[in-house]
Amino acid sequence: MLALHDVGVRYGGVDALQSVSLEVEPGRVLGLIGPNGAGKTTLVNATTGLAPLASGTIDLNGARIDGLPPHRIARAGIARTYQNIRLFGALDVRGNLAAGWYARPGRPGAADVRALLDRAGIGEIDLDARASTLPYGDQRRLEIARALAAAPSIVMLDEPAAGMNPSETVRLVGTIRAIAAGGIGVLLIEHDMSLVRAACDSVVVLNFGIVIARGTPASVARDPVVVEAYLGSGAEALA
Amino acid sequence: MSALVDFYARHSRLVDQIGINAILALSLSVSLQAGQLALAQAAFMGIAAYVSAILAMNAHWPLLATMVAAVAAATLVAALLAFPVRRLRGIFLAIATVGFGEIVRVFANNLSITGGAEGISGIPNDATTPVIYGSLALVVVVLVLLARTKFALAVTLVREDEYAARGVGIDVGAIRTASLALGGAIAGLGGALYAHAAFFIAPTDFGFGRMEEILVWCVIGGVTSPLGAVLGAALLSVLPEVIRFLADYREITDGIILLAVILFFPGGISSLWRRGAVRVRS
Repeated sequence: MLALHDVGVRYGGVDALQSVSLEVEPGRVLGLIGPNGAGKTTLVNATTGLAPLASGTIDLNGARIDGLPPHRIARAGIARTYQNIRLFGALDVRGNLAAGWYARPGRPGAADVRALLDRAGIGEIDLDARASTLPYGDQRRLEIARALAAAPSIVMLDEPAAGMNPSETVRLVGTIRAIAAGGIGVLLIEHDMSLVRAACDSVVVLNFGIVIARGTPASVARDPVVVEAYLGSGAEALA
Repeated sequence: MSALVDFYARHSRLVDQIGINAILALSLSVSLQAGQLALAQAAFMGIAAYVSAILAMNAHWPLLATMVAAVAAATLVAALLAFPVRRLRGIFLAIATVGFGEIVRVFANNLSITGGAEGISGIPNDATTPVIYGSLALVVVVLVLLARTKFALAVTLVREDEYAARGVGIDVGAIRTASLALGGAIAGLGGALYAHAAFFIAPTDFGFGRMEEILVWCVIGGVTSPLGAVLGAALLSVLPEVIRFLADYREITDGIILLAVILFFPGGISSLWRRGAVRVRS
């Protein structure tokens, strides 16, 4: 289980996160929502060691991981995708999965590659295709497959539906639920409220770096503070 | 066969020079493959050349022992240099490492043990053609074996995207240090051979001009291709000999060839056989 306790992050004089506590449990999907600039990606960066904490602690399965360098946090079992896709664009599909597998012994075999791509919902993809030439939605899913290749206990998905069309987004719900069903804890950052409602067991709402609400997708959507933060846009889609 | 023997008899110095230059090109290629424009190869080469020459002349060490000591010294210096430049990328790294090269040259120019500006002469001329090509073969074998390891995968990933490489568990600093040290070791080998093939060494042999020459070989060959680097070094070593009247205008012809490659063959010679996605070996 991933647990953040009173986490604060400061950029210069700005509090990007203030006293944020949350838990990502194995087999469950926690949604992290909030307006632009609320601190969602900062939270992922702080957890993965890319942004230093000003206060608070982060535990993974009972062991402190805050203060560790990013590569050691990745090796401890946290994999992520990026808001702006960061595949190894010049490498082919196999190479990207080998990259995700880096901290594990050996290389992914043909069966491993097939299984990872199936889990990410791109089982039919051309293994020799250069990653940068893939359609946008496939790139998003290959990034998910690369994260799964590390056999993580926690996966953090930063806006995985961005740029996807509605039917691709619907399919993504099944992919995310299946990842959690395999025992992985999923933190899902997303603006698409219909996806959040369908995929998440619970939701934490950030605004200006502060947790303003938490609960089930339905209860959060009824929270007047959340509705005000979103000025009504999208919040009703949660209900 | 007799034609080859005849060619070697007439051009044995050139043949040796090609072997040494190929080793130097490979040394820079190792850093470039990790995405590091670290231009201190001539300095590593110079440090090794002086170490091997001084040990051979003052302590009368045999060739192999001087080569081992020279490679160790160059590797150590390269690994130490990796620390202060660890946060530098691109052109900033290039400038800092060129600056380091100048520091080494100035030291060599002013220390008495290096013979100052006059350099060291009378170095045993024992780096024979078999020694040089045996060393080149050793470097190639080591690089081919490394290409199948996770180190090579990490080097590729660091070059492609350092940020994402961290996210998959790669210690980017360690990989950058290791690739710089490996490049330093290979450049050191080239430097030791250079000293023992040249009879005479001076600080100007290891200045910015030499570094520029090594960089041009790699650019012409294709910056991320070891084979391309070797071919680039061989081509530009042979060219002034084949077209004799160009020999006096070497820098000019090198510059024209470099511009032509950048304009018409941005991927260098290696782009002729490298197409499509970068493959990870399994």
